[in-house]
Amino acid sequence: MLELAIGIILGCCALGAGVAMIAGIGPGIGEGNAVAKALEAIGRQPECRGTVTTTMLMGCVVAETTGLYALVIAILLIFVAPGRFVKILLENVK
Amino acid sequence: MTEPKKSFQAADIALLALTALPIAAGIALKVLLIPASEGIDIRGAFIFFTVRLPFAEIPVTESQINSWLVILTVLFACLYLTHGIRAGVKTRRQLAAEWVVEKCEGLVVENMGEYFAGFSPFIAAVMVLSALSSLLSLCGLFPPTSDLNVTAGWAILVFILITYYKMKCGPLNYLRTFTQPVPFLTPLNVISEVATPVSMAFRHFGNILSGTVISALVAAGLQGLSHIVLGWLPGKLGQFPLLQVGLPAALSIYFDLFSALLQAFIFAMLTMLYVAGAFDYDLYVKRREKKNKSATYGG
Repeated sequence: MLELAIGIILGCCALGAGVAMIAGIGPGIGEGNAVAKALEAIGRQPECRGTVTTTMLMGCVVAETTGLYALVIAILLIFVAPGRFVKILLENVK
Repeated sequence: MTEPKKSFQAADIALLALTALPIAAGIALKVLLIPASEGIDIRGAFIFFTVRLPFAEIPVTESQINSWLVILTVLFACLYLTHGIRAGVKTRRQLAAEWVVEKCEGLVVENMGEYFAGFSPFIAAVMVLSALSSLLSLCGLFPPTSDLNVTAGWAILVFILITYYKMKCGPLNYLRTFTQPVPFLTPLNVISEVATPVSMAFRHFGNILSGTVISALVAAGLQGLSHIVLGWLPGKLGQFPLLQVGLPAALSIYFDLFSALLQAFIFAMLTMLYVAGAFDYDLYVKRREKKNKSATYGG
């Protein structure tokens, strides 16, 4: 019975990490749009290349934040959460 | 043109050697103290020893040691670059040092304005520390920036600076900004205030750590694949890492070199933008004039 419980914990942590990374779609689309528009701007005014690139990078970075939150949650779920949950389970079983 | 003195050159060579020494010391520490691992190995910083104080236990980890080694490297590199610096002399080393200082001051003044020109040493320090910390992974060492504690420490420092410059226009004005534009948004404003350092810390940490994790996974996957392809060969030939040649190096160029330098630049840029954005220069000048006026007329 205990093995089953631990298995469920491990499996659900892995599943949760995978589901959390669905959030990677949003920043991907957003950053793609930002880069496309920046390329259009550079095509129209090649002399603004430096400024446009810097501004685009900053925008990309801010758009990336949600994706990184999801990444941190996924990393916590894979590396930290299983140990914690199994510990809690074993303490409660005793 | 006078001949450079012998002692002068000796000091140069000593400083250059001292610049490379911390990295070598880090590699030696890693080889001697940290046990080798088999297969996929993704773990946090190794704890060298724990300092026991009456109120707490402070673990001294790999990330702290490596941070200090990076700090020493930067210190000796700065000493080497500025050794024997003189006005009007055009040696290659002095030009390099001047280029670094000028570029950094230009960047800071361009992004933060004249008022913050004194910030350029701090920004340069943040950028170099972050870049070199991340680049340590090229030497096979644990990059301190893939430890959340390190980046969180830097982000808290930036948060203190932001709050200080917001407070500079008066604590009451600072508190009032939380109720803008409508009072019932105050909780959201508090959350967005706290989210600034959190997102800064997570961004740097997440980017470096994800690079490490993906590199480790790809290397392990390629090992399995080349075992499938060459596993039937007898003896040592079966263990030949055929597919591990090349692709991990290309990944390393992106994750270790490009991503590390980009994250250092981004951390410094965000520091500049947040600190400069926190300070309302017009309001500050107005308040100071008012204060001066009341001081002259009142006294």
